[in-house]
Amino acid sequence: MNSDMVDLTISAAPHVRDKIKTPHLMRDVIIALLPATIGGLVIFGLRHTLGVIVVSVVSAVAAEYIGNVLFRRKNSIKDLSASVTGLLLALILPPTSPYWMVVVGAFSAILLGKAIFGSVGSNPFNPALVGRAVLMVSWTTFMTTWVKPFYWSGMGAMSTATMATVTGIDAVTTATPLSIIKFQGLQPLLQMFGSRSQLYLALFLGNRPGCIGETSVLLLLIGGVYLILRKVIDWKIPLCFIGSVFILSFIFGRDPIFSILSGGLFLGAFFMATDYSSSPLTSRGKLLYGIFLGFITVIIRQFGPYPEGVMFSILLGNMVVPYFDKLRPHVYGVFKRKGEA
Amino acid sequence: MKVFTYSPGGTHLEEEKWTKDKVFVSLQPPSVAVIPLVQHTGAPNTPLVKIGDNVKIGSILGSSPAPISAPVHASISGQVIAIEDRLCPTGAKVQSVVIKNDFKDEWVNCEGVASLEEISPEEIVKKIRDCGIVGLGGAAFPTSVKLSPPVGKVIDTVIANGAECEPYLTTDYRVMLEYSDQVINGLLIELKVLKAKKGVIAVEDNKVDAAELLLNAIREKNLENLIEVVLVKTKYPQGGEKQLIKAILGREVPSEGLPLDVGVVVQNVGTLKAISEAIFEGKPLIDRGITISGTVIKNPGNYIVRIGTPVSEIIEQVGGLNRRLRKLIFGGPMTGVAQSSIEVPVVKGTSGILFFGEEAFTMAPEEETPCIRCSRCVDHCPTGLMPVLIDHAYRRNDLKLSESLNAVDCIECGVCSYVCPAKRHLTDNIKKAKQAILKQRRIEAAKKAAFEKLRAKKEQEKAQKEVGK
Repeated sequence: MNSDMVDLTISAAPHVRDKIKTPHLMRDVIIALLPATIGGLVIFGLRHTLGVIVVSVVSAVAAEYIGNVLFRRKNSIKDLSASVTGLLLALILPPTSPYWMVVVGAFSAILLGKAIFGSVGSNPFNPALVGRAVLMVSWTTFMTTWVKPFYWSGMGAMSTATMATVTGIDAVTTATPLSIIKFQGLQPLLQMFGSRSQLYLALFLGNRPGCIGETSVLLLLIGGVYLILRKVIDWKIPLCFIGSVFILSFIFGRDPIFSILSGGLFLGAFFMATDYSSSPLTSRGKLLYGIFLGFITVIIRQFGPYPEGVMFSILLGNMVVPYFDKLRPHVYGVFKRKGEA
Repeated sequence: MKVFTYSPGGTHLEEEKWTKDKVFVSLQPPSVAVIPLVQHTGAPNTPLVKIGDNVKIGSILGSSPAPISAPVHASISGQVIAIEDRLCPTGAKVQSVVIKNDFKDEWVNCEGVASLEEISPEEIVKKIRDCGIVGLGGAAFPTSVKLSPPVGKVIDTVIANGAECEPYLTTDYRVMLEYSDQVINGLLIELKVLKAKKGVIAVEDNKVDAAELLLNAIREKNLENLIEVVLVKTKYPQGGEKQLIKAILGREVPSEGLPLDVGVVVQNVGTLKAISEAIFEGKPLIDRGITISGTVIKNPGNYIVRIGTPVSEIIEQVGGLNRRLRKLIFGGPMTGVAQSSIEVPVVKGTSGILFFGEEAFTMAPEEETPCIRCSRCVDHCPTGLMPVLIDHAYRRNDLKLSESLNAVDCIECGVCSYVCPAKRHLTDNIKKAKQAILKQRRIEAAKKAAFEKLRAKKEQEKAQKEVGK
């Protein structure tokens, strides 16, 4: 036989692999975030919001590159994980965030939240939330300044003060539904939106003050369901998280429907708590992790100084992931006999 | 028919069963056959022939008195031209008998029985051993050993494994279609030997036609009360012995135990055919059905090939290669072994030979990217292991942690590596961790035995001294 027809290479089994690779998963997350991103642009206006998103993504990718150089790692920009972090960070910032602050947030997210721990997959915390937490404690005013939806179209009639002096944006500030309910009660909120059902509808569609990508439950749900159907994320964490917020809010005498629709719960549950590297590996771990996050969120909302608890509950949950990972699946053929621990 | 399956874990693979409709074709006996003296799991055989000896088809070339072993036979007639170490499909060099074909195709005298009434269970087991029958699914465990459970172990069910869950392979499927009588007879023989009450033929539900054919044959023979045909879901690794037992009977083979611990014997359908031929025709295991497939081989199909036929002869006989051959796999793509030479021979455990060109490197990229902790390996492991953690432990050389993560229970099915989006070599590392743990256990057991021996000796000396007083 002609010898150049044969040039054998050996390798370990399996000799066939699934076509899905890391960048495919990251790309799916970006696709899933697009409805909420576009929704944010529509609700809060292209003018400044688009800038926040672009600055956040570009800074996150730049920070990833710097991290690679700093820690002498292979170029990891192509795996798209930094882009995902940048986009997620933008979506959990107020629409009026100054660009310089976005840059600081993105660099904190990538360098403090990820690069110092190792390559992608080694970060114990959700990087975007680390970035947001840094901004939250450093520039609390900017991080708690909210504008009304469609303020750019002149629809924000109930203005309180102009933001022009702080952000350079000609906008009016207001409060989020969660902070109104926390500090003023339900009544002003109902006055603002008309009736309870109108309040629910506004929250579901996203017609309310809040972070760029957190307001529209509908658009987040579309993205979340897409990720579940594509098997990028598991249903367990989001369902248990949202479910336990619903039940615990009810137990604490809060309006359960309002509780799950407001704040950053859907964004947090579908896109933050499911971050691979900072969430549990096993099925049972995921179930309990979701419940734990819901519990902490409600506790913070009920007793904490902040109106919203999703960010801190996830960061706290990230810390205890190693314990949830101990809830291992049943190993075939391994039975604990009596007297054995 | 109800469709059984195991859970959790596993994955659906692209089936790629291109050779499904290709009827078995017998290849010509090779001009030179290379017959390794070890083709089974167990003790090696010692050669019984010398260079220059003339052998016939079925002549015993080597055997061993050890209980876990199976003799090997000449698959062609001719002259022994060498007895030397040759490369085997396992990747090891094994002492092999090389026979030059005289093309007379002479057989030794083979005799079978006409009916099962004529032969006792003990005689059946002996005949199966003498005919060199081993498991043809891949593991090549001597069948006579499987049929001799230790005293006290009761076998109630024999499962005929026709799941054939590996992509590309269609050997078992063709055996079920073309040799259904032999498969059923083989199962009856096993039921008789093991005194088992029930035989179950398990077929994946992508091969419903084979299941129906077997069912009709069973009905014609009035064996419905004894043998059942069940469908199992097409899901990899449904054909894994442990998964099949869980799917059909709901039993779990204990860790590091055997199916007989839960009263079950699982036998590949091809093996049952070989058993039937051994008992009724007296035919030793000198050939077997093999799927020849892949992208670069001309005329993929199912072929009956003599044991000892080198791959190079097979390539020539089926019509050659389309393109340059870059990867040659013995077995299926999930658990098969990549070969370094086309001179390796077909052995008893060879269920398929796959030929791939450059695309082999896109099918299974070698380069690893960082683990992103996506938990796919955990979700898909059919054993319930945490492959990612065992992999981390192995890379850190932490054998103790690997052991506490039950690395030894890994069935090496390859699913974790398959689903990994970072293309990490999880299966390979877990396999290595498992081997390292088992090696360490052997060393420790040997140390303990040596220590016990020393202590016994000391105590004996002490006792003697006291007697001396």
